[in-house]
Amino acid sequence: MQSITLTERVGRTVLRLFSAAVLAFLVAPVLIVIPLSFNESAYFSYPMSGFSTRWYAALVSSEDWRLAIVNSFVVGIASTAIATILGTAAAMGISRPSFPFRGFIMPLLISPMIIPIVVVAVSLYLVFSPLGLTNSYAGVILAHAALGTPFVVITVTATLMSFNWNLVRAAASLGAPPLETFRRVTLPLIAPGVATGAVFAFATSFDEVIVILFIGGTEQRTIPRQMWSGIRDQINPSILAMAALLTIFAIAMFLVIDWLHGRSASAKNVNE
Amino acid sequence: MPQAGRDAYRAARRSEAMRSLAFALPLLVFLVAVFLYPIGALLVRSIQSDDVAAAFPRVSAGLAGWSGAALPPPPVFEALAADMAAAQQNGTLVSAARRLNNYEPGFRSLILKTARRLPDPAAGPVEQAFLDIDRHWGETETWRFIQRASARVTPDYLLAAVDLRAGPHGLAELPPDQRIYQAAFARTFLISGSVTLICLLLGYPVAYLLATLPPRQSNRLMIFVIVPFWTSLLVRTTAWYVLLQPNGVVNALLAQAGLTTAPLALMFNRTGVLVGMTHVLLPFMILANYAVMRGISPTYQRAAVSLGAHPAVAFLRVYVPQTLPGIGTGTFLVFVLAIGYYITPALLGGGGDEMISQLIAFQMDRQLNWGLAGALSVYLVLLTLAVYFVFNHFVGVDRLRLG
Repeated sequence: MQSITLTERVGRTVLRLFSAAVLAFLVAPVLIVIPLSFNESAYFSYPMSGFSTRWYAALVSSEDWRLAIVNSFVVGIASTAIATILGTAAAMGISRPSFPFRGFIMPLLISPMIIPIVVVAVSLYLVFSPLGLTNSYAGVILAHAALGTPFVVITVTATLMSFNWNLVRAAASLGAPPLETFRRVTLPLIAPGVATGAVFAFATSFDEVIVILFIGGTEQRTIPRQMWSGIRDQINPSILAMAALLTIFAIAMFLVIDWLHGRSASAKNVNE
Repeated sequence: MPQAGRDAYRAARRSEAMRSLAFALPLLVFLVAVFLYPIGALLVRSIQSDDVAAAFPRVSAGLAGWSGAALPPPPVFEALAADMAAAQQNGTLVSAARRLNNYEPGFRSLILKTARRLPDPAAGPVEQAFLDIDRHWGETETWRFIQRASARVTPDYLLAAVDLRAGPHGLAELPPDQRIYQAAFARTFLISGSVTLICLLLGYPVAYLLATLPPRQSNRLMIFVIVPFWTSLLVRTTAWYVLLQPNGVVNALLAQAGLTTAPLALMFNRTGVLVGMTHVLLPFMILANYAVMRGISPTYQRAAVSLGAHPAVAFLRVYVPQTLPGIGTGTFLVFVLAIGYYITPALLGGGGDEMISQLIAFQMDRQLNWGLAGALSVYLVLLTLAVYFVFNHFVGVDRLRLG
């Protein structure tokens, strides 16, 4: 064992204090939304003038918010389904050693993650509007599906890197048709990767506002779109109540991902 | 190997390659249709200029061989009169006038006024009628603009997007009070660069601590990074909007601590943009560095120290170089996301903090100037691709991991 010098101990303490400050900076604004959402005053001011649940009451009774919540889930689930199916299939191809033109195709597949979102939104408006896809659910869902696919491709490809292809060969040699092999051998093993990708794709859609702003109509307003106009146009503290609910939703998402990670680690053990 | 065997082997390899490609094909087709084609269509708009050629076909043809030295001959005036009458009929006049107005403010009203007042082209010579309506028709520059605008492919938008214009004597910069975009690109670069640097300075030590703590402790601390990461961007921007306002939490706490006597201006300025963007992008930097640091064995650093290196030297010269892939990935992600930012600067920034994304949205939304929106997008996309290729060259896109 090595001896710990004084400099190292001082360095370690400074590092801990610094990290504590940075972590507080990250998490405090997210958590402070929860108590502030019970503020009685309408101007987000601090110190709080009193305790009130009236912003939650406003949230529940508002037709706009209800539509926004439903829309967020409809668009999120539909676009995630498309992104997950297309992305998983693509990852199955890419992870084979025989995959051609990898250096050319890979950048295309992850481009939706990299191209600035405003450029995407303006482009989609340009092309979708003569096709009647603006102000429509179909347009928004297609756009969000495209934005979600790189996450699925990346997570599933990463899972397949540790995948033992001999299992597929074994199944085939025992007479299983390819689809059966996929369903009963491959999919159960890569499921945690697929699910992680799907969660990322859903979160992308759930959080997306700029594409909706450009190509969605009032019918397609989602939660972030409603919050955007809540800050921009009419200051309304019910957005803080919504923000508090979304923070709790994020914590739930964290727990889901954490659980999937545990599963993925045990899947790796099966593989090895 | 005999020739037949080699051919069979090659055919088998090719069919194997085609089979793997077939898996990716549905996604490729989908992305081309709803992503790559639309972006291509927007970028092409930056060099397209159909409005004037479509509205004024006769005068476009008439000006094709015109030298620009003197006023065009009378048939060109007659052609313009005929074109204007036809364009007014089929409704293309306004878009042509708008396109010409991009060159010279006032062009739009000149066109519309002239079209309204022109006598019937069949009545006789129209040249004098044009000159009577507005003296601008007697200037060669007016006609040169029309000639320029009737070309179907134009560099004008790409030039305008960097504050240049094609004048009679080659390229010229716009007058200083009209220059917008060079400064906006510089500002976008500066804000993104500052945010990336701040994220690296704040995130690297945190990632280091998390990677060197025992797994149980680091897992517990990880929640402080992941929960903000999973929290909606709008929620976090809203939170800062509430926290940073003059009677918000931060100012209240500063006043309570006796540090300030009057509220500080923390938002609708650069401070608000930097705080908000750093908060949103910092988790990417921490996670990217943590992923690499977790795999680094402490043995090398210990070996350096046991051979007599000062711990700080061992850290800088042995540990940090091993983390370069993490630094590269984090820097790439933060910078590339930052240069496309729109929401946070729009809500927390002031008039002097507009980023390129906001100007693109403005050109499309308010001005309906697709050409300029396309041209600004061309530069923004090129900038993004350049950053991507630098990253792919030095680090490799295969290192991009999530979760």
